[in-house]
Amino acid sequence: MYSHGSESLIRQAREIQDSELQKFYSRLVKLLQFKEVSHELVDSLHRLYLILSANKYSRTLPSELQQNLVPLLSSPSEQLQVLSSAVLRETLPPCGEEKNIAQLNSHAAALLLSQAGSKDDLSDLCAQLIRSLEIRPPDGPAPSLMHTLPFVNSILTHCPECLTADHVILLSKKLVDWLRYASIMQVGGASSGGFFSGSRSRQPAPIAELDGTVSGDFFTVLCVGQGFTEDQWMNVYSFSVLRHWLLTYRGVSNDSMVVDAANRLQLSLSFSHSFSNDDRSEVDGSVVSMVSATSSSSRLLSPKERLREKSFQYCQRLIEQCDRKALKKTDTDLQKACLVEAVCILDLLCAEDPSLVYRVFPCVKALFGRLSSDLSFARVLVPVAQFYLNHGEMAAVDCESVWKLVFSQFPAELFNDPFLAHDFLRFLRLNLEGLQRAAPHFTRYFPNFLKFLAWDSPATLEDFVDLLPSLVTAGSAVELLHTLLDLPCLSATLVLQLRSTSLPISDPGSRGLLSLDAFRNPAFRGLFLFLLRTEAGSGDTIERLSTLHDLLAEAAEWPRVVHCAQTVPVLLHVYFNTVITVADEKLLAHLILVMLERSNLLLNMPTYCKEIHRVFSSQLLRLCKLHPSLVVDQSQELLEFAGATANVYSKEEVYTHVVWVLGEYLSLSSDSRCSVRLITSCFESLEAVLFEITSSAPPPGSVCPAPKVITTLMSALAKLASRSHDLIPRVSLFLSKMRNVTKGGSVPWCSDEEDVVAIVTRGEELWSLLKTPGVAQSVLTPPPYVNAPRWHRDSNLALPLQLRALTALTHSP
Amino acid sequence: MVRCFLIHTVCPVSALSAGESRLLYSRMFGPDEAVLTEQHRELSPEERRLLRKEKLAVVARQVRSAVSLTREAAGRALVEAVPGEEALVLQEADSGVMRLRAGDPFNEEGSAVWLAVHSLAFTLVCEPHENLLLAEGSLRSLSRHCLEDLHLLGQGSEVLLKSSRVDVLLSRLLPHGQLLFLNHRFAQSLEKEVAGYMSK
Repeated sequence: MYSHGSESLIRQAREIQDSELQKFYSRLVKLLQFKEVSHELVDSLHRLYLILSANKYSRTLPSELQQNLVPLLSSPSEQLQVLSSAVLRETLPPCGEEKNIAQLNSHAAALLLSQAGSKDDLSDLCAQLIRSLEIRPPDGPAPSLMHTLPFVNSILTHCPECLTADHVILLSKKLVDWLRYASIMQVGGASSGGFFSGSRSRQPAPIAELDGTVSGDFFTVLCVGQGFTEDQWMNVYSFSVLRHWLLTYRGVSNDSMVVDAANRLQLSLSFSHSFSNDDRSEVDGSVVSMVSATSSSSRLLSPKERLREKSFQYCQRLIEQCDRKALKKTDTDLQKACLVEAVCILDLLCAEDPSLVYRVFPCVKALFGRLSSDLSFARVLVPVAQFYLNHGEMAAVDCESVWKLVFSQFPAELFNDPFLAHDFLRFLRLNLEGLQRAAPHFTRYFPNFLKFLAWDSPATLEDFVDLLPSLVTAGSAVELLHTLLDLPCLSATLVLQLRSTSLPISDPGSRGLLSLDAFRNPAFRGLFLFLLRTEAGSGDTIERLSTLHDLLAEAAEWPRVVHCAQTVPVLLHVYFNTVITVADEKLLAHLILVMLERSNLLLNMPTYCKEIHRVFSSQLLRLCKLHPSLVVDQSQELLEFAGATANVYSKEEVYTHVVWVLGEYLSLSSDSRCSVRLITSCFESLEAVLFEITSSAPPPGSVCPAPKVITTLMSALAKLASRSHDLIPRVSLFLSKMRNVTKGGSVPWCSDEEDVVAIVTRGEELWSLLKTPGVAQSVLTPPPYVNAPRWHRDSNLALPLQLRALTALTHSP
Repeated sequence: MVRCFLIHTVCPVSALSAGESRLLYSRMFGPDEAVLTEQHRELSPEERRLLRKEKLAVVARQVRSAVSLTREAAGRALVEAVPGEEALVLQEADSGVMRLRAGDPFNEEGSAVWLAVHSLAFTLVCEPHENLLLAEGSLRSLSRHCLEDLHLLGQGSEVLLKSSRVDVLLSRLLPHGQLLFLNHRFAQSLEKEVAGYMSK
């Protein structure tokens, strides 16, 4: 597909020499002057385009060439139109010539649009185009209207103020005509040939529905015929731009009495010129349908209101039409797209005019009833859910069944549909406030939502970074933390779930996977079912977590699981950022325990464990800094963790930080419950560990502990000793012993000589500090106000400041 | 509205670093957003053009990484296809949608819908409120036409030398970036026009 040939073409285009380029330009100018469409001309123009576009830096064409290209824009040959438009789009200065855009073909119009230099230019273009809609030329065929709407819509996207209020009214009227009053007869298409064509005059046949039956109502995008009239085409274009049009001009005030009156006057004036081409609603009588019969009288409505009314009728009709079984697959897909669009438009209409809700809701409700049992329509049901969310309260409708379907069923069964995932997460993201008001229990479904992330982390991570804060509540915080830590397991389980349904048991391909066997084994069913649960609240985590991790060991190498594991640290940071705002101390204490517990209960993936430990360490530090009393509160568990020598080797980073917080915050100033006995027992545990790791080589299979562990232990011991002076002799003794031992050269517990020197230096610093206990106490256990600057409130600092201020005042000239 | 349509590589290209994508065809629709925003108003036309090209390159790169991650996770091996197998190749193509945050790279938020066929990807960048079902369908239809009319399953250099074909295709199926609700009859009528052009 992409070959060396293509690559070399691009390189040639970029590296073309200036002399060769100039020769090419002059050759092209000559060809253009011949004015015939030769193969060589077309080929040269293609090459010119490649040369201009291959570089991100622009080239300027010689003015002679440019001048010769501009007339091609209106050439009768479409090839030349396209090529000149493409080439000129890649060059810098605008054409300069004033053209009436209404006379231009779509390629030239596209060029003008891309080179518009300001909002004023765009307004001018719009004005010209819309004027041409109003005025039909007295002679000759009207220029094609077809691309008017897309062109205007494109401008609206970037600056809606380019249309004046008059333009808006005019276009609204036109849209009404095209949407509701397009012709319902087929144009005889290309004849099928054969003996009988031509001699018989063809009777115009009515349009048909997608399932082949004759159509009984007005024309829509879901109607077919052999050929199409211009207004039928405009029907398609009108519907295509309708939602964006309504979105752009919603809320634009048309409600004031003055404007309304003016519009009514205008309407009655136009009716007095009735039977003009522009307003065919008078000739409405013949088309009768359920839809039009129930509509309110359209006489007294302003153009905007009429457009709303007709849009409503159109959408209703589309929804009816989508119930038919289309004969072609592409039409079935189109029906789904039409349903989505219709529901979205109805949603907009009801937002503009709440009185429509009572008429619209039965229609949407019926649609929900029809589609809710068919998961292939899930993407249609997301906008339906949006509708319920926006207008359900107004219509006093019970939305529970909608939430149940959307939150409980969709993620569980359709987690692997990337498009549904995108729509679903977008719906959640944009409606967080609304959901918190209308369906506050949606946060309970976080195990379900996380399935989207577990399946396709790269595509959904951004959305979850935005969503996760809303899912963190005090009630579910612990369960959420466990769930986040087990996301790789969820990812593996989802893979197994899909494989187990797609591969039959007897398939040889499935035999090799131990994890798949485990998944199918009834003895382990409970473990997997817990991971696959849809709602929170049935328990924080499972007892046999380590069993689960063993069963899923081979999944640690699956790419999907690896991608998922890479996102967990990010999510944990987001989680903790939120949880500190909603949690009380009790909950935070619980979270610390969870972190300690889970630090060796993780799916065995090498970098995963390290990354999680790193997150735990930084978050532990942060929590303890915010609430220093947590350390004393949880001292028992922290000591248990710190007293286990094995933790030094297996969870070095977390261990280091636990020791550090113990040293820093286990003091009276952090919490009045801190007793001398507590300090002593902590000291003893840490001392024992330090002895052990500095007396012998590490156990087989482990590496030497990093110097940081040892220095942190030493500092912690020194800090504790500074609070309970009886312990000082013990520390000093240990530190001097350490100095003697290391004088002998290398030690078995540290491989690097420089590290040993650093450790010993630190030991000496602490030893000399502890020789003066009073100084040691103020350095190692400073009172809290030292760390928090108080400036003028500090009596020590204040005096010099005051003196200086007085001096400056009294000595001023 | 569609902001742009891209055809770009998703395979390693020797001249580029890993992860970069070669843009084979790009088309932006509508007025240049740099003209209409405050921050870029002082840029010269040349700088604006450079900015546009850079933004498109960013999108292509992001889609490339999305494609390779999706393929890696799915673990399916790619089978070489020959000309004539366009329909089959499309059926098995990977597809997905990516969220583009506001500022990265366009001023407003958007969604990039992509379809990856072997070493090439077709990408549509849509406005945030766009009907993605319609976008997906339109993208498939555009991709099918590009595969057939540009013979992309063969050598594939025609996309560089016959880019006007794509322009004409876009002018019918995606005029000025507008997604159209085309049933099979309307689509056939447009395709006939396009076929007429291609045969010249």
